[in-house]
Amino acid sequence: MINFILRRVVTSVVLLIIISMVTFGVFFMVPKLAGTNPAELYVGKSATPADVAATARKLGLDKPIYVQYGEFMKGLVAGREYDNGPDKTHCAAPCFGYSFRNDRPVWPLLLDRLPVTISLTVGAAIIWLLGGVLAGVISALRRGSVLDRIVMVVALAGVSLPIYFTGLLAQLFFVHNLHWFKGGEYVNFADDPFGWANKLFLGWVTLALLYAATYARLTRAQMLETVSEDYIRTARAKGLRERVVVGKHAMRSVLTPIVTIFGLDLGAALGGAILTESVFSLPGIGRLSIDAVNTKDLPVVLGVTLFGAMFIVLANFLVDIVYAVIDPRVRLS
Amino acid sequence: MTLGPVTSSTDLTTPAEEEASTVTDGKKIEGRSLGRIAWTRLKRDKVALTGGGIIIFLILVAIFAPVLNKLFGHPVNEFHQDKIDPNLGGIPPIGTWGGISTDFLLGVQPVTGRDLFSQIIYGAQTSLLIALLATLLAVMIGIVVGITAGFFGGWIDSLFSRFMDLILAFPLILFAIALISVLPPTYWYRVTVIVLIIGGFSWPYIGRIVRGQTLSLREREFVEAARSIGAGNFRIIFRELLPNLAAPILVYSTLIIPTNILFEAALSFLGVGVPSPTPSWGRLLSDAVNYYEYDPMYMVVPGTAIFITVLAFNLFGDGLRDALDPKSNR
Repeated sequence: MINFILRRVVTSVVLLIIISMVTFGVFFMVPKLAGTNPAELYVGKSATPADVAATARKLGLDKPIYVQYGEFMKGLVAGREYDNGPDKTHCAAPCFGYSFRNDRPVWPLLLDRLPVTISLTVGAAIIWLLGGVLAGVISALRRGSVLDRIVMVVALAGVSLPIYFTGLLAQLFFVHNLHWFKGGEYVNFADDPFGWANKLFLGWVTLALLYAATYARLTRAQMLETVSEDYIRTARAKGLRERVVVGKHAMRSVLTPIVTIFGLDLGAALGGAILTESVFSLPGIGRLSIDAVNTKDLPVVLGVTLFGAMFIVLANFLVDIVYAVIDPRVRLS
Repeated sequence: MTLGPVTSSTDLTTPAEEEASTVTDGKKIEGRSLGRIAWTRLKRDKVALTGGGIIIFLILVAIFAPVLNKLFGHPVNEFHQDKIDPNLGGIPPIGTWGGISTDFLLGVQPVTGRDLFSQIIYGAQTSLLIALLATLLAVMIGIVVGITAGFFGGWIDSLFSRFMDLILAFPLILFAIALISVLPPTYWYRVTVIVLIIGGFSWPYIGRIVRGQTLSLREREFVEAARSIGAGNFRIIFRELLPNLAAPILVYSTLIIPTNILFEAALSFLGVGVPSPTPSWGRLLSDAVNYYEYDPMYMVVPGTAIFITVLAFNLFGDGLRDALDPKSNR
């Protein structure tokens, strides 16, 4: 098992390094190919060539791309020094550089936004996991019934509805017409738990609907396949109660693929539920990335992308470990 | 899911038994191709057929958008400010349903009064063009990589599989908006880049399926038989493997189209889709965000267009999967 974990750690780190290379390359090379200098994005179009050159020197943008990448990676691991001429600015690890727009270091910016994104995704994840799996199991056990059909129709609609449509509809009905929820600004859980839940509730439900629909369909298909297996027949033949057969014997096999996609979905969502955050104007990581993209704030864009990739890779890693615990065959292969 | 090979005898007997009721009336029982069986099953699936019908309708609408617009609409970017209510700040259209009338079938855009019908049918063009091109690209890369990885195995398989993991680990939307936003916003540039990004990131879904199927198919007797009569790799891949992979490839291509439609709309919604003035459903929705309190129909119309299109592809894809899958349990 330890061997297995070590192998996965190495793969994950390699994966992250490759992603960082590609992302870094793309964000600092592509603007150049398209004819804009990253330093120009920092100082603005009206700056003199001398200013642009000075900025490029200060940020190290005049060096070859691999040197820049090396410095960036060193900053991530050990922090780095920026040479401002007379004085030096120290940027502590993990240093993602400074925002082009407000000169704040990128890492604290990310940390500032993280609680919002975590509040949104974890809340939604609980709803979609419980709701999706429960709906799928019930649907499979009552296969062909009216309930099954309703669940499947709702699930099909759920996977076909974009969140930027359901989110707007939800706001129109529940915020503007019925006034069940307040619009307004996001508040921290610690300051006002009710205001926090009030602001997030519609986001939770609409984000959850999308995933719950997929989970319900997957759980149902998986359950239908499992209950026709021989070992389920054996369990029934032994005279076990239906609850034990379904709850203990079948669920174990149904949950394995669910665990996989749950980990991946959660990882991806934590990296920024961009659409949900922008529909419900929640100041999370996704919102930060959109703002950064619109203001061409390259270091922030790069930071958010790597941060998001980190969550996905971490989720992949955890999924593999959990999978190996549930299913011993994985460890041996 | 398992999709049996065309040459396997089991796949011919099982469905033939299942269809026995239709062939007992005097006619002799004959072997049928998997395609025939699938078509017979699909024809019975009314829901999938409805989906297929809607898809054909939408494709026709997209192709004949200019003609339809001449008949029922107004020029795409023609302003009709006489349709806007001046008493309400010049924002919402006159009338209760977003200005829907016999002249403006789907109402008008707030403030400018542009015809929503023409925006929607030209938006269908944008949406389908990008989604279909991206899917085509994804399917081509997916087939090549999947077959290569599955057929040759060994280090080639490890390399390609890790590569697919890498692509699936990318924070896709983030990467896409960031990349598109640093490139010039001209129409063909954007369309090309969007197609490349959507296709370039969705092929691993096809690739994984193809790889898995190839892995199991290459161990089958008919491949061994082909090899024993001296067939080379090239012939085995194109004449033995590919025909047997057609069914899963068809099913999963149909099922990634809706994802790609949603992705294109999401990019437009976030402001990095095809540039204005080319109509796009996603951009209409993002514009509607500003007015939905005064003019909800402006949001409902493009939203419903996206919903119906995506739903139609999902329905048809599901039906196709059930029809082509001998183990289908519905």
